[in-house]
Amino acid sequence: MTDAVVVDGVTKRFGATAALADVSFAIHPSELFGFIGPDGAGKTTLFRILTTLIAPDAGSARVLDLDVIRDLWALRQRIGYMAGRFSLYPDLSVEENLSFFASVFGTTIGAERERIAPIYSQLEPFRDRRAGALSGGMKQKLALCCALVHRPDILFLDEPTTGVDAVSRREFWDLLAGLQRAGLTAVVSTPYMDEADRCDRVALIQHGRLLAVDAPAAIARSFDRPLLAARSERRHDLLRALREYPHTATAYPFGESIHVTDRRGDIAVAAQQAELRAYFASSGFADATVEPIAPTVEDVFMARMNAGAAAETTT
Amino acid sequence: MNGDAAIVAKDLTRSFGRFVACDHISFDVRPGEVFGFLGANGAGKTTAIRMLTGLLKPSGGQATVAGFDVYTQSDSIKRHIGYMSQRFSLYEDLTVAENIRLYGGIYDLADAAIRDRTASMLSRLGFEHAAHEFVRAIPLGWRQKLAFSVALLHEPRIVFLDEPTSGVDPVTRRQFWEMIYETAAAGTTVFVTTHYMDEAEYCDRISIMVAGRIGAIGAPHDLKRQCGVNSIDEVFVRLVRPAATQPGSEA
Repeated sequence: MTDAVVVDGVTKRFGATAALADVSFAIHPSELFGFIGPDGAGKTTLFRILTTLIAPDAGSARVLDLDVIRDLWALRQRIGYMAGRFSLYPDLSVEENLSFFASVFGTTIGAERERIAPIYSQLEPFRDRRAGALSGGMKQKLALCCALVHRPDILFLDEPTTGVDAVSRREFWDLLAGLQRAGLTAVVSTPYMDEADRCDRVALIQHGRLLAVDAPAAIARSFDRPLLAARSERRHDLLRALREYPHTATAYPFGESIHVTDRRGDIAVAAQQAELRAYFASSGFADATVEPIAPTVEDVFMARMNAGAAAETTT
Repeated sequence: MNGDAAIVAKDLTRSFGRFVACDHISFDVRPGEVFGFLGANGAGKTTAIRMLTGLLKPSGGQATVAGFDVYTQSDSIKRHIGYMSQRFSLYEDLTVAENIRLYGGIYDLADAAIRDRTASMLSRLGFEHAAHEFVRAIPLGWRQKLAFSVALLHEPRIVFLDEPTSGVDPVTRRQFWEMIYETAAAGTTVFVTTHYMDEAEYCDRISIMVAGRIGAIGAPHDLKRQCGVNSIDEVFVRLVRPAATQPGSEA
């Protein structure tokens, strides 16, 4: 089966800034694929190219085996796109927005009821409410409904969960998982690193370049050195102490612990742990603990970001 | 304690028509504390912040901010607090130096003070080279650090940060939190909202708003212990889940 998306060497510049620099990847059919990266990484530019809204300066992009430039009219019928900003009509009601988007694609809410039912059922009690007066989580669900109403074969969702609370975010990913089980290919971007685990595969993106493309667990496993988690009630003091410790390579707060790596590549984890324990005890942190910990996608993202920044300054 | 508190809210309430956005919320924030103000979308956080920053009159209850009354002294409140948000804080069509100059003027700082503080701020941030760049040309992470420093320009007693790290890369997000700690250590109270649950763990205390009320308040460690869970994310889900299925107003 052909891949749902094939991108080969895509570059896009805005003035002096390379929004995308020689980006290549493929997305498989029925995959839930995530682009994970901060604002300004190039996620929106990439989505706009894949949804035929702008053309790349170089390289090629095919979606559903159609070229994003030559076949744009055929492609537009088959993709669903939810833009990063709330782009529905705030003065129209929930139902009016949905009817409008259905009519643009020559269909009706009635004809599509079954397909959108899992999401629309949550919106139906508020169908007469103005879209602008919905809560963040409900706006998102309405936008998803509008992107689905014409039965697209692939969905592009640009930061659907940004600025949305942790619970609504979780529920939104549950909805996406349901759509994927029904066979839809979904491409989602997010700045929240912890959402990587909801995807089959992810691409980490920063400064217009892909730092990694793989299953989230494989990306986490690719962290190339031992990682320890240190804890103390005096977390900020402990962080400072770790920064002063001569062997520290990186020390980053992660929730209630601090993730630490050692600059000596060849030291065993147990030795590193014992040395840190002794250092904490001698620096007055009686309560401090330090244990090996499994790296997360966020650990890998920061390590590759730093490696990229270091490479830029040495060249 | 109350006399010295940075913020005191007692039964603070605000209705819009029949909808009660903030329903008798009561809490204190201590001087120099990093206080995390969490809640679901539509739970009433924005309404509460607008009352505490002197932008919206309450319908009932009392509150003082930096010792000033929210009903009668909102102008004094505005002079003694700093504010930054993810959505808007700096003018993109002005340079870095022009933005600082503008905010210095708004807060009635003397020209000499603005010059001194501009120089020391840019050197502390390592941004001297960017003084004459347009804000729209500098990376988001820098912009947020700069916006935070500008919000502190008039040396406010309390600074309100509304989702300051939204969309910021993970390294810069952590640098931003170090700035928060330094600010609090220097005695400024930090009142911060975030949707990153790991950041909730960095606060001295947090409150979680649910449907217009404060559902929980305390040190992150204590809240986790009370709920018997390992992360603030789980505390949040337990509190918010029943309310999260109801769409609220965006008031």
